[in-house]
Amino acid sequence: MELFKIKQDIPFMSYGKLTTSISLVTFLLAVFFLFTKGLNFGVDFTGGTVLEVHYSKAADLNQVRERLTSIGLHDALVQNFGSSHDVKIEIPLKQNKAGAKLSDQVMQTLHTASSDVTLRRVEFVGPQVGKDLVENGAMALLLVSLGIVGYLWLRFEWKFGLSAIIANLHDVVIILGFFAFFQWEFSLTVLAAVLAVLGYSVNESVVVFDRIRENFRKMRQATTEQIIDNAITRTMSRTIITHGCTQMMVGAMLFMGGETLHYFAMALTIGILFSIYSSVLVASPLLIMFGVSREDFIKPEKVEAEEVLP
Amino acid sequence: MNRYPLWKYLFILLVLVAGLIYTLPNFFGESPAVQVSPLRSSMKADTALLDRTAAALKAANLAPEILTLDGNSIKARFADTDQQLKAKDVLHAQLGEDYVVALNLLPRSPRWLTDLHALPMYLGLDLRGGVHFLLQVDMKAALDKALESSSGEFRNTLREQNIAYSGVTQDGKQIVIRFRDEATRSKAQNELHIRYADYEFRNKQEGSDFLLQASLLPVAERKIQDSAVQQNLLTLRNRVNELGVAEPVIQQQGADRVVVQLPGVQDTARAKDILGRTATLEVRMVDEEHSVTPGAAAPFGTDMFRDREGNTLLVKKQVILTGERINDAQPGFDNRNNEPTVNIALDGIGARKFKDATRENVGKRMAIILFEKGRGEVVTAPVIREEIGGGRVQISGRMTSEEAQNTSLLLRAGALAAPMEIVEERTVGPSLGADNIQRGFNSTKIGFILIGIFMVAYYLMFGAISVVALGANLLLLVALLSMMQATLTLPGMAGIALTLGMAIDANVLINERIREELRNGITPQAAIHAGYDNAFATILDSNITNLIAGIALFAFGSGPVKGFAVVLCLGILTSMFSAVLVSRAMVNLTYGRRARLSKVSIG
Repeated sequence: MELFKIKQDIPFMSYGKLTTSISLVTFLLAVFFLFTKGLNFGVDFTGGTVLEVHYSKAADLNQVRERLTSIGLHDALVQNFGSSHDVKIEIPLKQNKAGAKLSDQVMQTLHTASSDVTLRRVEFVGPQVGKDLVENGAMALLLVSLGIVGYLWLRFEWKFGLSAIIANLHDVVIILGFFAFFQWEFSLTVLAAVLAVLGYSVNESVVVFDRIRENFRKMRQATTEQIIDNAITRTMSRTIITHGCTQMMVGAMLFMGGETLHYFAMALTIGILFSIYSSVLVASPLLIMFGVSREDFIKPEKVEAEEVLP
Repeated sequence: MNRYPLWKYLFILLVLVAGLIYTLPNFFGESPAVQVSPLRSSMKADTALLDRTAAALKAANLAPEILTLDGNSIKARFADTDQQLKAKDVLHAQLGEDYVVALNLLPRSPRWLTDLHALPMYLGLDLRGGVHFLLQVDMKAALDKALESSSGEFRNTLREQNIAYSGVTQDGKQIVIRFRDEATRSKAQNELHIRYADYEFRNKQEGSDFLLQASLLPVAERKIQDSAVQQNLLTLRNRVNELGVAEPVIQQQGADRVVVQLPGVQDTARAKDILGRTATLEVRMVDEEHSVTPGAAAPFGTDMFRDREGNTLLVKKQVILTGERINDAQPGFDNRNNEPTVNIALDGIGARKFKDATRENVGKRMAIILFEKGRGEVVTAPVIREEIGGGRVQISGRMTSEEAQNTSLLLRAGALAAPMEIVEERTVGPSLGADNIQRGFNSTKIGFILIGIFMVAYYLMFGAISVVALGANLLLLVALLSMMQATLTLPGMAGIALTLGMAIDANVLINERIREELRNGITPQAAIHAGYDNAFATILDSNITNLIAGIALFAFGSGPVKGFAVVLCLGILTSMFSAVLVSRAMVNLTYGRRARLSKVSIG
């Protein structure tokens, strides 16, 4: 079976204007939503208390709210979680005077109303911890970016490093844009997924770049555009199949992994889709913009060595 | 061309067999067990205890499947929870208060696996259920306390040396001593400088006063903070032992935080009560010069506290002793009148300070104050009858034997050197933990099957080889995680699934490359060779960028994210091995031996 039998190279680079404007528009939209709506940060970052409780019969949300109000928690967010038996209660930090003891008070008061309630999960995060996590997250993002630029610079050329990281940070911003638009909860796990996407989608650019470098050495008569078009066309089959396979795994997590893994898998899904697009249609035009040329790879003895291979 | 030397096949086989052995324990599951460990860290679990345990179990007609001495505890595995619970009661009754008898789970794997140190993966709290606390040590309070006790020592020294001073006060992170003239000040500075190397002294003139400002050297400050955290860690360990948890984790995190993990604990309220008991103890003198005026502020140099009956008491600010100096405290009875007492043993420094204080204050009252959440309460305020040396102190008077019991427990469990606050809590119930395992396992299984079907359909023989290589990757990853006993969390399970999804990339790259070479018209053997060779550089590059992301995640992630990062990094390493070496070995075995190969099955 072969899905991609492409005889002629597809002239991707001639669509440069179109693709650049598409990604510019999505990027700007993502930034717009990030600023207007903002991320719906989870309790990991904002601090606060989250309780997940389970009732043996369908839960009465109004009763839960009433109980919470009776102990002075007016702003608690009460909603079903996964099924009608499970309830998630979110209490913002500013209402919480009892600190870590709050969850015990809540369980006690819920228990008086209905004795069939069991505690599934509690998360309490104090304000200082949340601040540290935000700082550490930003630091990790910065370090990953610098590390990748540095490695690609070493392995290829600064132009490659720079275009790859711009293309992939563009993916990251778009993922964040999605989370802002839909107001999905942005937790620590999602942050981990975002950073994993950064590593993963750079990997995509690397495969294309490897081919571009190889083509510069082999196709001595071709223009830079032709070389890039050829590289993208030749690696396209692999790109689609690899991402398809990764997506099968991620899809399984998205639908079967439960609530905790759902948004993790969602961030990965968006990241995978956009990394295909960005490594082909963002990184490569950027490469031309930075003026990549055969001179960047003049290493005559190596070219000869390549050419005697069958 | 496509042949490996024999040693290479053997090496790969060896790695895979080792992988299999270390993965095996994960399939046997766990059995209920009872774990016996000494309450105090000074006591050791030894063969004598093992014999006692065995005898106690035998007397109760309980036959453990396994009874071993492991590290500083004794573990007994049972067939069912009935026997386990019975054994716990029996052992608790037989061994007495000095030992903690906790319920636990032990791997059911056969003995030869355990002898190879092959253990199942270590599951994080989000998978097995339990409580995770992050506690923050109040460093400012630790420093304040150090400054306060130094202020008292400065006063004593100046008094002993007959140097006149007009006041010692605490101002932020400084102790300010006032003198009337410069000569006295320089004399004082000399004396203090010799005795207190932890402080830096500076002169200052303020109106007619000559000031000496003492501030802690940065090194000393760090030392105080370090020892405060260490003391708190020790205290927490003692308190957790009281809870009877089988495998608690109590660790320092960063400069001023402590992580406490209690697997399997469901009663979080009790756990919090015992851990969060932010009690500190201080011994001070009762001020008898001033009388208490209700409602008014406490006179200068004193604090006002209530005792258990609600009477108000004035106590001097100067601290004689803190709870750190108490080595042991036991309830007892006075020989003379059979009244309940608390008998305290102090350490060397504590004994000396106590001796000095009692000598100077015979006939006066001394207060033992318990601080909880910044509020002090006088536990007892006995009269000093005589100088007490040797560090053995007996407190008696108006106590029931139950009160004596409680007070001594409080003293023994050790007070905290500085108050702590819970800044993070994560509790996962056991049912949710089991659900999480099931979900993580199921999604990995389904994803793997989907990838398998697709790869075989698309690349035929080479696809099948890729899937076997992917299976080898999973095997090696699980084996590595089991061997290292790295904590597996739910994000970690997601990491396993994700690395599998990403690892297939290497095989796709190779297979695509081989197809391309075949299309260029070279012979199958040469195409296989060129395919693997040309793809390798790309595989290396893309894995290194992934590894960079993984390492950064590990360095900056916390808790569950760290678990994800560990799996990601290990998965990248195992995938390099399996995708390149294992799959190549299989291709070589299938095709490499044929001299005339006209066609390969790659779709």
